[in-house]
Parts: sequence; C-alpha cells; structure tokens
Amino acid sequence: MKIGMALRELHRSENELARALLEVSERHRVDHDVFYLGRELASWSQAHVRALADAGSRYDVDLDPEPVTGQGLLAAARERWSDAVGRDPRAALRLLVDVREVYTLACGVSVDWELVAQAAQGVRDAELLALSKACHPETLRQMRWANAKLKESATQILVS
Amino acid sequence: MSRDAIAAPWGTRTPYGRGEVWPVRVDMHLADGVTEADVDRWVQSASILHSNGDALDIAVKDGRVVGVRGRGEDRVNHGRLGPKDLFGWQANRSPDRLTRPLVRRGGRLVETDWDEAMDLVVRRSQDLLAEQGPSALGFYTTGQLFLEEYYTLGVVAHAGVGTPHVDGNTRLCTATAAAALKQSFGCDGQPGSYTDVDHADVIALYGHNMAETQSVLWTRILDRLAGPNPPAVVCVDPRLTPVAREAAVHLAPRPGTNVALMNGLLAEVIAHDWVDHDYVERHVVGFDELKEQLATWSADRAADVCDVPVEDLREAARLVGTADRLLSTVLQGFYQSNQATAAAVQVNNIHLVRGRLGTPGNGILQMNGQPTAQNTREAGADGDLAAFRNWTNESHVADLARVWNVDPMTIPHYTPPTHVMQQLRYAEEGSIRFLWVQATNPLVSLPELHRVRSVLSQERLFLVVQDIFLTETAQIADVVLPAATWGEKEGTFTNVDRTVHYSGKAVEPPGEARPDLDIFLDYARRMGFQDKDGGPLVHWHDPESAFEAWKECTRGRPCDYTGLTYDRLQGGSGVQWPCNDRSPDGTERLYVDGAFWSAPDYCESYGRDLVTGAPVSQTEYKALNPHGKAVVKYARYVPPHELPSEEYPLQLTTGRTLYHFHTRTKTARAPQLQAAAPEVWVEMSAHDADAYGVAEGDLLEVASPRAAVQARLRVSGIRRGVVFLPFHYGYWDTPSGHEPDGGARAANELTVTEWDPCSKQPIFKTAVARVRLLERGDGTPSAAPSTTASRSVRTGPPATAGGPAAAVEEDVRARVAGGAR
Ligand code: SF4
Repeated sequence: MKIGMALRELHRSENELARALLEVSERHRVDHDVFYLGRELASWSQAHVRALADAGSRYDVDLDPEPVTGQGLLAAARERWSDAVGRDPRAALRLLVDVREVYTLACGVSVDWELVAQAAQGVRDAELLALSKACHPETLRQMRWANAKLKESATQILVS
Repeated sequence: MSRDAIAAPWGTRTPYGRGEVWPVRVDMHLADGVTEADVDRWVQSASILHSNGDALDIAVKDGRVVGVRGRGEDRVNHGRLGPKDLFGWQANRSPDRLTRPLVRRGGRLVETDWDEAMDLVVRRSQDLLAEQGPSALGFYTTGQLFLEEYYTLGVVAHAGVGTPHVDGNTRLCTATAAAALKQSFGCDGQPGSYTDVDHADVIALYGHNMAETQSVLWTRILDRLAGPNPPAVVCVDPRLTPVAREAAVHLAPRPGTNVALMNGLLAEVIAHDWVDHDYVERHVVGFDELKEQLATWSADRAADVCDVPVEDLREAARLVGTADRLLSTVLQGFYQSNQATAAAVQVNNIHLVRGRLGTPGNGILQMNGQPTAQNTREAGADGDLAAFRNWTNESHVADLARVWNVDPMTIPHYTPPTHVMQQLRYAEEGSIRFLWVQATNPLVSLPELHRVRSVLSQERLFLVVQDIFLTETAQIADVVLPAATWGEKEGTFTNVDRTVHYSGKAVEPPGEARPDLDIFLDYARRMGFQDKDGGPLVHWHDPESAFEAWKECTRGRPCDYTGLTYDRLQGGSGVQWPCNDRSPDGTERLYVDGAFWSAPDYCESYGRDLVTGAPVSQTEYKALNPHGKAVVKYARYVPPHELPSEEYPLQLTTGRTLYHFHTRTKTARAPQLQAAAPEVWVEMSAHDADAYGVAEGDLLEVASPRAAVQARLRVSGIRRGVVFLPFHYGYWDTPSGHEPDGGARAANELTVTEWDPCSKQPIFKTAVARVRLLERGDGTPSAAPSTTASRSVRTGPPATAGGPAAAVEEDVRARVAGGAR
C-alpha cells in the first residue's frame, strides 16, 4: 500500500506551502494585507501538517509534527529588505512572482489532498476521509486568495 | 419652550407607546437677535453632519443663513434637530472659507483663477494618461457631497478616465455596512426603516453609540422608553455610553472579540431552538453549516473570550432570541474592529435564523456614519458599479455601458475597485501619481498618520484637494479647489433608511467657490470625454439634469429612483427608495416575505470569503444560492493581531463625540459645538487610573508601537484595560498647521495600518498602547463633555452647558406628522 507515500508527499507539500506563505508575508510587510493574510493562511497549513503527522502514524510513516515556522535570521533579513524597498517599484513585480508561487504550491497541495481522499475511500478509512474533508476546502481557499491577489495586483503592476 | 441644546442634546421627552405615531416636536435655532418674523425665506434641506437625515429648513435673511428649523412633516425626525444640525451651519460663513483656487508655486500655495487651476489638473491628467494610462490616476471622495455629484464623479472616473482607483472615505465608515449587506442579501440597501423603532420590543445596538452618532434617532428611542410598553435595549460597547445607561443588558467585551460574542449569542439562540424553521427552510441557505460551525461555541466560551459576565450574555441572548419584534443596529464598534464584516454578518444571521425581517419592528440598520454615504455607495463613487450593478457580472457591465453609451471595455471591471488603503500603497510605490481628494481629510482620518503624511507629501505625487477649508490635507496639496457646500448648492441625498431628501440653494457660495458638481462638469468638458458616438460623455449640465440621468441609470435596479422628481421631493416629507411605478410612494421595508435581490443574475455581489477576502465566483455563487435566498455565513473567530504585552499593556480604541464631526472642519467653527468639546482627552477606567496613580486633568502620554500623543485624562466608565481617544482633533487649528510640532494629538498617529479583508475598512479599534504621566493637572478637568460617553465617574468635572448662545426653541405639537410615518 502506498498511502504512506501519499501522506508523506502531502506533509511535504503543506510544509512547503506554509514556508512560502510565511516568506511572502515577511517579504511584503509593506503590503499590509499580504503581511497579515500570509501569516494567517500559513497557520492553516501548519495545522494540516500537525494533523497529517498524526494520521501518518497509522500508516507507519514517521512525519514530523512540527511545521516550519519561518523564524530566525533569514526572516529578519527579509523583513529589513521589505522595509527598504517599500518605495521601490521592483518590489511590486516581486509580489507577483511570490504570490504566483503560493498559488502553484497550493494547487499541488490541493491535488495531494484529492489523492489522499481517494485512497482513504479505497481503504474505508473514515477518519482520514474526514481529515481530508476538513482540510481540503481550506487549501482551496488559500488558492482562491492567491489567485484573487494576483488578479487584483497584476494590472497595476504590469501596466505602470 | 426653550432649552440649552448643548446641555440637553436630546431635548424634551414626548413619550409614545408601541405602534403609535412618534409625536412632532419642532426644534429651531436662529442667530442671536433674529426672530422667526425676521426671516426672509425658508429653504428646504436636511442635515449634513451625520447620517440620520434630519429634515430641516434653512432660514435666510439678507442673503445670509441665519438659522435652521426642523421639518415637522418629515418621516425621519418629525421636527427634531440634534446639536450639530442646530449649530453646524455657522461654519458656512466662517471668515477662513476658501474663496479662490490655489496652486503651489515655489513650495507655497498661492491664489490663482479657475482657468489656471483647472488647466493644471487637466494637463497633468492628460500627460499621465498618455504616459502611463488610467492606472496612474486615483480619486478619493467623501460621504458628504450630493447624489448628483457622486454620479457625475463615477462616470468621469470610470468611463472618462477609466481608472479602477475610485473610493470614498465611506471606506472608513460604512464599507462594512455595505459588505455585510452584500454577504447576507446579495445586495447593498438597508432592510429596515426608522419606523421600526415605533414597533420594536427589543432594540439591540452593536458597537453603536446612537445617542452621539444619530442623536435624533436616539431621541425616538428615548421617547419609546418613556412611554407605555417600552422596548428592552441591549447594548454592546466597551464604554459606558448613554445607550449603555438605558440598556436592560450592557455587554462590554474585550476589544476585538465581537465575532466570539456573536457566536455565543447565536449558539444560545440555536441551543434554545429560538429558530424560525419555516422561514429558514423557505428563505435561507447555509443554515446547516452555520449550526455545525457553531457547535463548538456556547455562552460560557464566548463570555470567557470576551470577558463579560456569562449571565449577562445569556440574558442578551434571551432578549434577542425571544423578541417578537427585533430591531438591530450596528456601527463602528463592529465596523472598525477586528473581523468587522464577519461580526456584522452575524447580526444579519440572528434576524435570518429567527425570521425577524421585513415586518414592522423587525429590521436591521447596518448604519452609515456620514450624511450622504448611501449615495457614495449607490452611485459608485466608492468604486462599485453604479446602481448596485455587479462588477463580476458581464451582463451588468454591458448594461451600464449601454446606459453610458460607451464600450464595455472602457469600464474597468477586470479587478475589484481599489480601496483607499491600497491606493495609498500604490502612491507609496509610485504607480499612482495623481490623486484627487474631495471633501475629506486623510491627513487626520486615515490610520498611522506618519505614514499617510509621508506618502501623500511625496514630490512625485500630484495631489489635488477640493474642499471648503484649508484642511491639513489641503495644506500639502499641489492644487486646491474651493468648493461650495450645503446651503450654497442644490441637490439630493439619501440617509441610512433610504430616505431621499432634496436640499435647496439658500445663499451664494463665498468668493469664487463652486459647487462640486460644477467642478466635475468643468473637468469632463475640459478633458473632452466622449461617448462612443462622439457625443459628450457627461451630457447633463445642472443638478436636476444630473438627477434625471441618474434615474435612468437606476431603472430596474434595487435603488430605483425613477418615481422621484425634484418637484416630488420639494415640500412634504422625504421618500424611501425604491420608488418607481410599482411603489410610487416609496418602500418602507425591504425583503418583505423573504423577497431578496440575491438571484445570481440580479444581485450586486456574489460575496467574498470572510477571512481571506477573495471574491466568490459567479459559478460558486450559482451553486450556493441558485434561487436568490438570503445567505447565512460564518467565520472562525480570530483574535486581533495586536495583543497587549508587557510593553504595551493596554488596548486603545478611538471614536467620536456627539459635538463633533470628522476632523472638525465644520464643527470646530461652530462656537457652541467647539466650546462643548474644545480639546482632545483620553479616557481610562477608575480602576486603571488608580493603578497608574493618575487623576482627572493630568496630562498623559499615550503611546502605541507607532507613535505617541498627549492628552488630559478623563476617568470614565470605560472597560478596564482599555483607553479611548476621540479621533476628531488634528492640527489645522494649531500653530504647526498640518502635522504635530512637539506633542501630537491626533488619535490616528497611534492606529495601525490594517483593514478588514472583506470590506477593506481600516481597523481603528484594536491597537495596543501604554500610558505615562507627563504632568500633574492643576485641578482643571479635561475638556471631555459630561453629557456623553465621556461622562466622569468621579465627582468634580462640571456639567457641559452651552448657555444662552445654545438656546433652542422647542415646539411640542399634539398634531402628528402629516401622514409621514
Ligand atoms: S466620523 Fe468616521 S464614522 Fe463618523 S461619519 Fe465620519 S468617517 Fe464615518
């Protein structure tokens, strides 16, 4: 059975998404909604990571329950960068690139949740299915947020 | 009978019982030495210093305004006037009115003529359009112009310039009201009516200090409270407001916890099954999810998060849960706080779950702050599409393009309108390079003022300010356009409960000041905006023809004005929209029998995610709500982002006082109002004042992580751990002019740059703060009024009074308003 592998992959992709959201948040501190929502949405993925570690134990995969947190020196450096470039138009382009990455990562996570849900139905694991039903909609909301942010910013950034 | 309208702002009681008609009481104030017999003419109008829409007549003598008198026949106020109505008009004839256009030359603003000023504005617009396109231009308007002006501005900005960067200061004020209505009912538009006060048996005020923000509506409630079978009042407010003093239950939650509080109330309502299952079945979608989400909530949990007594929370739930006729009102305590839209939506949810909507006494008033905010929203001057069209619905855009006779591509609808905080960000990074500000004063009213000043004073930003005084913002402008104001121009405007009033021209504007409408028409002409057949895009030329154009734009839309004319609005009472062939006398209540405007092809909005703010797509909405029902939505409680710490142990909330409006540009120039609240103050509870060893009148420094201000202390009935600052006080009447010089006093120096993800309304109510004593008082009390929420809980400060200058004639009449209900 390869469910364990799927869980491991999802655990990895959720962590990756959390990291990307935290980075986006820190780097674009002066875009205040990105700053706050980046953190908020990262916390959703962090919660998923914890829940997945829990589920993994039932399939004999050892997943770290501690999600990435984005703390540390690197983060501090990025924040300084953010303050310095508040008036630099290049920061806006960077925002598009960063949010685009969040969007594609979230798409990947979404697919991974679908795979896990399919598997959970196959083995009639009601608990795992319920987990997927609780978490996957949040992934979709993360995607929609990134997509909306891209749409909202793209015109201004690309035509000015 | 005469009273001091400063000392007794709500006046003499005229008690009435449930279902009866509110008696008439006509209030009048005339300038010293003028009597009713001296007045040459009376010109019909309504109040423009709050959102209540009090109808009044302007007294004119020798070509000057000399006073005001309430209109007894009007449905809104039945003759009563509040303090700002009675005294605010004096600002019109203030000697420091702007009378000539100003342009910046060699770093200084110098007088010029209209041709040169407009030429500068037009040339810069055209240069930027050629160089960068419409994305370089932004418009930031107000909630204080007239309907005709907003509509013209909307056409100019959306179809002429073609920019999505259009917003009003209603963003700070009523954006959440609109957003909450769109979430629940698919459309803006106030469901309730002021007449619901006459019928209600429970009135719940959520973060709404009505006694100070809509004083005449509060008078109506006071008259019910004084009559037989009075309603029970439920008050949610961290301060001991006049509303809280009259309340059967007063909940003073921790700032930022409104969603938790509402979850607790709703959980109780559902646990007791105070649910109208038949109504829910027929008219509501989303109830099962709501119930499921609320499963983890209880009165106990909410009481714990909000730090309120659980018995009080239960009692409040019982009152709203069992009321036969329930009226709810909501304002800044919710709109300017953490999770603004989610909390306001929960108030709608209570009504939907209980089936209490659309019948007498069962109403929701998601309040407005400003007199003409409703028009800013409906005419599209806040960036929305005109007449509640849906910017994500292609057929609505096409329909608007038909009305304007332009190509749909010219109307920017590829993205949601750019709200003011985002405009500021674009200006900061340099992609907005032209900003035209009208009748608002961001240098005092936006959060985190240091940042606002630094962005708006950039060399590379061309700032145009259109106003009646040299406000803080006008002082840093490149071009200043002097405007005419209320009483000096003609037009219409709409209050909170959809009542449309006509306002006539009583006197000439001072000097070369011009009506805002004329300024926009002039701009459109000079810019040469055309429709797709080469005709003028803006084809009207005065207020009445603008109104007629607007009527066509509203035909068949929820805010249908087609049954109204200037003639119809003159004399008699204001009329509530929609007013058309089907409802020729206007419409008292919306959503009677669950008939909503939320059908997918008709609704104004598909809603947004309450937490992320991402717009819901047409497809999703169609799946969710195919039959146009009301939608109950839920958002998880999320604590505020700034929480008290060792360094900043207090929470700061900002707000307003009865005697002032906005940044005091008018009210500080009305002597009675200015004398009632002349200086900034800071409020603390008795417990905190003792803990800090400070007393009434001591000068304190209040600091947040962003800045510090100085204010004298008032020990008031505010919640422990919370300090309050009124936000009205800026710098125009200090020697430094537009920014602090030494001790700052504007509350918004301290507030945080953050906004509700759904309504984009900035959050003014949940910053953290610390205080320290700067200087002991000499026994002189702070300048806080004693009649209002700032009343002292200690003895000492004298009672606020206005003396003979504030005398108002009250004429209490047995006769009821002529058919006006
Ligand atoms: S003071 Fe604030 S809340 Fe009141 S009307 Fe003005 S913007 Fe709105």
